[in-house]
Amino acid sequence: MADISDQPRQNFRIGMLLYDARYRSLTIQVIAAILIMLFLVRLVDNTVTNLAAVGKDIRFNFLWSTAGYDINQQLIPFTSQDTHARAALVGILNTLLVAFLGCILATVIGVFAGVLRLSKNWLVARVMTVYVECMRNTPLLIWILIVFAVMTEATPQPAQFREGGTASMILWDSVAISNRGVFMPRPIWGDGAGIVMAILGLSIIGIFVLRYVARKRQEDTGQQLPVLPLSLALLILPVTLAFFALGRPIDLDYPVLGGFNFQGGLQVRNSFIALWLALSLYTSAFIAEIVRSGILAVSKGQTEAAFALGMQPNRTMQLIILPQALRVIVPPLISQFLNLTKNSSLALAVGYMDARSTLGGITVNQTGRELEGILLLGIFYLITSLIISSAMNFYNSGVKLKER
Amino acid sequence: MTKTVFIGALAVAGLTAGVASAATLDDVVARGSLKCGSNEGLAGFAAPDANGVWEGFDVALCRAIAAAVLGDGQSVEFVPLTSQTRFTALAAGEVDVLVRNSTWTFTRDTDLALDFPGINYYDGQGFMVPRALGVTSASELDGATVCIQTGTTTELNLADYFRANGISYEPVPVATNAEGQQQYLAGACDVYTTDVSGLAATRATFEAPGDHVILPEVVSKEPLGPAVRHGDNNWGDIVRWTLHALIAAEEYGVTMENVAELAAAPTDNPEVNRLLGTEGELGAMIGLDNDWAVRAISVAGNYGEIFEANIGESTSVGLARGLNAQWTEGGLMYGGPFR
Repeated sequence: MADISDQPRQNFRIGMLLYDARYRSLTIQVIAAILIMLFLVRLVDNTVTNLAAVGKDIRFNFLWSTAGYDINQQLIPFTSQDTHARAALVGILNTLLVAFLGCILATVIGVFAGVLRLSKNWLVARVMTVYVECMRNTPLLIWILIVFAVMTEATPQPAQFREGGTASMILWDSVAISNRGVFMPRPIWGDGAGIVMAILGLSIIGIFVLRYVARKRQEDTGQQLPVLPLSLALLILPVTLAFFALGRPIDLDYPVLGGFNFQGGLQVRNSFIALWLALSLYTSAFIAEIVRSGILAVSKGQTEAAFALGMQPNRTMQLIILPQALRVIVPPLISQFLNLTKNSSLALAVGYMDARSTLGGITVNQTGRELEGILLLGIFYLITSLIISSAMNFYNSGVKLKER
Repeated sequence: MTKTVFIGALAVAGLTAGVASAATLDDVVARGSLKCGSNEGLAGFAAPDANGVWEGFDVALCRAIAAAVLGDGQSVEFVPLTSQTRFTALAAGEVDVLVRNSTWTFTRDTDLALDFPGINYYDGQGFMVPRALGVTSASELDGATVCIQTGTTTELNLADYFRANGISYEPVPVATNAEGQQQYLAGACDVYTTDVSGLAATRATFEAPGDHVILPEVVSKEPLGPAVRHGDNNWGDIVRWTLHALIAAEEYGVTMENVAELAAAPTDNPEVNRLLGTEGELGAMIGLDNDWAVRAISVAGNYGEIFEANIGESTSVGLARGLNAQWTEGGLMYGGPFR
């Protein structure tokens, strides 16, 4: 292409790399890139040299050797004869469980606290201010330890639930709150349980269809359907009918005191409760502030316009303010979810067996593979965070202002 | 992005590993103090007293090493380490020697690139339960909740023992002995398991030690001893022979009281003479002077004196010598020949 140019070609001189504006930025970038590469090479070389000096190499085959330790909370079956890789997976699932439930609870509490902090009721607004300020101005670890201490010190031992003991189970003898966790009934899936659950699933889909139909109808005719009662009926009735028609296929396994501890039922361990509650409460304070900022970012004129149209305050919040506030809320909310997920690595403080405790704790310690273990742990948190943030970004693109 | 993390982790490891140097003896002498990795608090073995001065069975060995190398048993900097962080801290050069109830195992000796120059306490894993539970044997522990320190050999033994006996249990992992003690006393676990010496030491700090029993089963072999980094053999020799000097001193009747007197002039026991440097040049062979063992013994006495003062039957920990008696008295303590 240069051949067809009839401009006289200027000869390239080496000085032009520095004095010619066309080349200068390129020169600087190349030099910076070379410096960064040299720095990285030095780091890797230093690591390899020093590891060799202390007689260590980098290998990942420890993942396939027998773990040898037991894990109390397992979402997938695990024994001490399984591999370190499976132990890591058990830990990863535990991390994901507490992160997922934590994000949900933190969002619910955070939205309530944020909205209530703007309440016109002086007392409610002040109580929420105190809550938010207390929570977000103290370290998370302290909250985890406080909840854990309350759960272990203030609740009765299983032995006290015996005949003549000082403690008793609540909710018709079905739930026991002890210092080893909360024991509650566990559903047992009998024949036909799948059908009941399928009907429940269909009912939930039905509710969404109903909402869609109701909205369509309102847009077309202006008439409103009683969505809430209809939804509730749709949720409860078919399932209940199916449950009894199929002869009660789902039974409950109640926890019973036997031996050292409660047997049967579902045990929600104190370590999990402490971590889950503390993470949720702590993060909810930040989410409350994000929600409050989002609401305040919506112009007051919107509220006034809604009132002028005769809308009630609740509906104004639901239909006018919150949808607009979401645009401001969602992006910072993503980083709160990421924070919560990463903060769950404090699990070790209460002995919750998350990825940090299994892969980055016991496995690293028993095999002596610090570098490899921490590296894998870092990669896991990185991938999890990237997945969460892409999912939230996808949601954000749904609620953000559509510019046409 | 993944690559960035990889390199970052490498960088951290590289920087910390850079601290470790080959000649630990030179580092210690240049620094003027010995960095000793110790337990974060286990009565009788390693714990600070009311004045913040570290004392205990393991601490005494650290002080003996410091006295042998530096001439002063007080020039030790104690670095409390949890069971999870101890080997990393040693490998990274944060401590010169680790004396922290650490079990000598094949993996730790080889794959973790450590060396265990000797054994200062022959132990085994046991179980402690409240007396009110009425349990008399570990085989009755089916379904029990067990508090266990993570990152220890006891964690693996526990899994093996319960699996071999076909009984189930619920592990409650704790990070430190103090945390385990608190959980156990709150009743969050039925059983606390660790080395029998550790159980006795922990029980000694309870308000009512008599309310808790240590079950008769000892389910593992736990040879506890000091650990050093693999590769610095001279430093390993110093630690090994300081320990042996303390053990041999007990056998030959060299005590804190009479060590100065015995070292003043050659005695008629050539072994004692070589140990105390009045004959031969043994000190120079490990890069120290000839009085090294005299100083090591002067700090807290010989092995038997250290044992009795910290964890013996007259103390609240109340451990019998058992396997840790001299070989001449039916135990396993066998100081190497000084020649």
